[in-house]
Amino acid sequence: MPGVAFDEMGEGEQGRPQYAQIRDWLRATPMDLLAQKRREAEFVFRRTGITFAVYTEGGDPDRLIPFDIIPRLLDAAEWNLLSRGLEQRVKALNAFLRDTYGAREFVRAGKIPEALVLQNPGFEAAMQGLSLAGGVYTHVSGIDVVRTGPGEFYVLEDNCRTPSGVSYMLENREVMMRLFPELFGTHRVRPVSHYPEELLHTLRSVAPPACMGEPTVALLTPGSYNSAYYEHSFLADEMGIELVEGPDLMVDDLVVYMRTTRGPQRVDVIYRRLDDPYLDPLSFRPDTLLGVPGLMAAYRAGTVTIANAVGAGVADDKAVYCYVPDMIRFFLGEEPLLANVPTWKCAEQDDCRYVLDHLAEVVVKDVHGSGGYGMLVGPHASKAERETFAEKIKARPDRYIAQPTLSLSTCPTFVENGVAPRHVDLRPFVLYGKEVRIVPGGLTRVALRQGSLVVNSSQGGGTKDTWVVDG
Amino acid sequence: MLSRTADSLFWLARYMERAENVARLLDVGLRMASLSSNPETDASEWHSTIVSAGCEKTFYAKHETPNATNVVSHLVRDPDNPSSIISCLATVRQNARAVRTALTTDMWEGVNSTWIEARQLKDENFSSEGVRTLLEWVKERSQRFGGAVSHTMLRSDAYWFVRLGTFVERADNTARILDVKYHVLLPRSENIGGILDYYQWTAILRSVSALRAYHWVYRDRLQPWHVADLLILRAEMPRSLVSCMGEIVTYLDRIGDAYGKRGEAHRLAGGIHAQLRYGKIDRIFQGGLHEFLTGFIDQNIVLGAEIRRQYLT
Amino acid sequence: MRIRIRHTTSYAYDRPVDYAAQLLRMTPSEHASQRIRSWRVTADGKALARTDDGYGNVMHLFTVARPHQGATIVAEGEVETTDTQGVLRDSIERLPPRYWVRTTAPTAPDDELRSLAREIETFSDPIVRLHRLMETVRARVDYVVGVTTVMTTAAEALAKGSGVCQDHAHVFIAVARLLGLPARYVSGYLWQGGSETASASHAWAEAHVPEFGWVGFDPANNICPTEKYVRVAIGLDYGEAAPVRGIRRGVADEALTVAVDVQPAQAQQ
Repeated sequence: MPGVAFDEMGEGEQGRPQYAQIRDWLRATPMDLLAQKRREAEFVFRRTGITFAVYTEGGDPDRLIPFDIIPRLLDAAEWNLLSRGLEQRVKALNAFLRDTYGAREFVRAGKIPEALVLQNPGFEAAMQGLSLAGGVYTHVSGIDVVRTGPGEFYVLEDNCRTPSGVSYMLENREVMMRLFPELFGTHRVRPVSHYPEELLHTLRSVAPPACMGEPTVALLTPGSYNSAYYEHSFLADEMGIELVEGPDLMVDDLVVYMRTTRGPQRVDVIYRRLDDPYLDPLSFRPDTLLGVPGLMAAYRAGTVTIANAVGAGVADDKAVYCYVPDMIRFFLGEEPLLANVPTWKCAEQDDCRYVLDHLAEVVVKDVHGSGGYGMLVGPHASKAERETFAEKIKARPDRYIAQPTLSLSTCPTFVENGVAPRHVDLRPFVLYGKEVRIVPGGLTRVALRQGSLVVNSSQGGGTKDTWVVDG
Repeated sequence: MLSRTADSLFWLARYMERAENVARLLDVGLRMASLSSNPETDASEWHSTIVSAGCEKTFYAKHETPNATNVVSHLVRDPDNPSSIISCLATVRQNARAVRTALTTDMWEGVNSTWIEARQLKDENFSSEGVRTLLEWVKERSQRFGGAVSHTMLRSDAYWFVRLGTFVERADNTARILDVKYHVLLPRSENIGGILDYYQWTAILRSVSALRAYHWVYRDRLQPWHVADLLILRAEMPRSLVSCMGEIVTYLDRIGDAYGKRGEAHRLAGGIHAQLRYGKIDRIFQGGLHEFLTGFIDQNIVLGAEIRRQYLT
Repeated sequence: MRIRIRHTTSYAYDRPVDYAAQLLRMTPSEHASQRIRSWRVTADGKALARTDDGYGNVMHLFTVARPHQGATIVAEGEVETTDTQGVLRDSIERLPPRYWVRTTAPTAPDDELRSLAREIETFSDPIVRLHRLMETVRARVDYVVGVTTVMTTAAEALAKGSGVCQDHAHVFIAVARLLGLPARYVSGYLWQGGSETASASHAWAEAHVPEFGWVGFDPANNICPTEKYVRVAIGLDYGEAAPVRGIRRGVADEALTVAVDVQPAQAQQ
């Protein structure tokens, strides 16, 4: 059961040292000035057009994700631990994917049930026996990390398909620098603005070996109706690459081209923000209009790199998640630096019985769900909600996992009636090309409702700027 | 540049220009209608407006006899008419949204605020009193957009495609406005060259803001062949067919130079431009003004299709 | 037996189409019971670049990126087959048998398929079950051309009680998987000894039995494949093994002509 959560800033006069100036600043700044700064921040966001569409009925398509103006700080030692742990984790996830679509040693060694891999909806047979440039599958990962104590970080989930949110990380920093230049004078905050450059570098480094000269990279978006479209156009712009939709690309003689006013132009690397089933109507869903006919054939012929790789979703499945620590041991021969949250697999009888008996204490997740949909936070659910969920679990135990309700750390947040602690998590973005690169920080998501543990923006969560501070 | 981006820029400009031109056509219609009170000629004048706007199909699918109310409604706000002013502005906004990063802030804000205002229009804005103000507003918005394009856009292919869209559309429209006169019947009591005929030609000139230019160039009373000469063959008249074609040739050349390649669109545009540059108005009248204009409109459509094939798909 | 095959697919559009792409799985696989003596896939007379899919099926991608009004694809060659009573030998398997129990939309079970599975379950030996299943599918689904399409699911075909070889294969696969037996779709050719060429393109199923490995079952004809069968592509269902999957850009009506000629090689000059 959650007790008193660890607070990132710390209690009382002592507090945690990296927050010393923030504490002073909060003490010295009148509430109405903070309120005014928040309004200014909102104005900037609205003018830049950073919006997030929510896929629910009555959702405002131009809704802003609430932004909290109080930054979340990590010191150099904390970041050092995190970044090493993230690098290790992403390398292991990537090794698992390479193995899954190759020799399947991990399965053969009995480290993971064969069915969990082969029957997994994220497993894509079309990837079998295909060797990828640099052996990279997870070019961009978003690893969700939570904290429960000073040195206690847990990985909550891995996102290896098309993780989003990095544009908020970048825009949050922009806005903070504009609104509070004085705070950047008193803190040595590591910059994040080079992320697009690092991303482009990563993408170019995995161009097909046959590509001569500077590789052409394009960002493939499902289009302007996608909830993350703003991020797609933002990143394309920042990288100076074309933002393409499926019909802008075509395959001819197993080579991918963009349709341009100068005629067809060859594309070497596609940074796609489009899910696997929509990529190619000739190989996947035949009714998709968002994809590129023949793309998979070109991919298999080795003329184009797709980032992230097709079929990477098998690695970020919530049931496969349980096996990541073993992947780290198996593929890297190391002990995990970042722990997993202990997880019960409802597919296993004993675990399932435990979960059903302790529904009021645990968080249950749909293994194929994302964005905070299809989950049950036991302690916050009503009896009726728990009962309905219990039926779902009994019907398809293999679809659910459960975790203890972690007491997520809190961070001071500017809310209706002043500054109060709210639960936060962290999504750092890990780039993997020739080597692993991580821009210091990530996206801090904050549950704005008092006591709430759900930080997803689709569920009313907000964001904060995340500072990795030196000295 | 992506062909889709160029396509959106081209159509963005075309529809903005079309909105303005539909406004101009309606303006001619309203002026002509105010000259006569004869219901027979009245219907024929409104019919001519519908034909010139190229909206016969959509109009007659809904209405039997054209009159001020139903023509204004169809050309201004009918969502089933893709060329109604409101539809044009919606298409403009949609194209602008698709290529937002290719637009300058001024262009985007111009388009967006126009669309927001258009959505707030009330019934009274479409009444016979309100509509003239509305038409002025449309012209003003289109011209502001043109200003944003010329004052803020980088002179690269994006700009050239916007310009091509504007001039292909404008050429089409000048030809159509001039052709209005062909479709208007003069009442039996009126003579060609009579007072009503005179006012009708005046209305056409006014609608393309060329009445003063006419007097400046010809220093003569209104003569049909002078009006036609001004709107077809006079290079100094910015909405004339020869001017529009000249601009099209210029921008196609810029693109051709930048890409190091020319194609069928260049050949076609060059050909049409040459015909106009060396054209003579009496020759045109000998063959029939209406026939000439119809022929031109068809050639211009082929040119548009060729630009599309060459660059926009 | 040596079998000569010539498979011609022609498209004609009533108006020019700007772009068309066809993904072809038209090249027979090679294994102990089937050797390829010669084979080529051409489109409008030109050879096509080839690649493969995740299962190892040979794929060719035929694209035309300019306005055109038609195209002709020809797959032809000679294959030498051996009768193995339907047992597949020495095939290259990239995925373990357990992969092939995945459910897909065309092979998704419904109540009727489940009840059919329960009927078959009464037999304990897997090979007996599969033979029983093959007979039952043939008995329950009449061979009728034109009542089903490439989009028809196993459940729909069983409910209709009629269909073509593709439907027989889908029903067989769906039930085999319900019984926990790995099963897959096979597209290929069949020499029927007659002059009927239209039905020479064929589809059947394979199921995996631990002691034999992969075994072919042709529920449409109620036999295991013989040397008259030429095995081309495998997949979880028709969509993954289809000889052609195509798409085009542009509004036009399409006229499709398919001619498949399958003959014993000796009969050729």
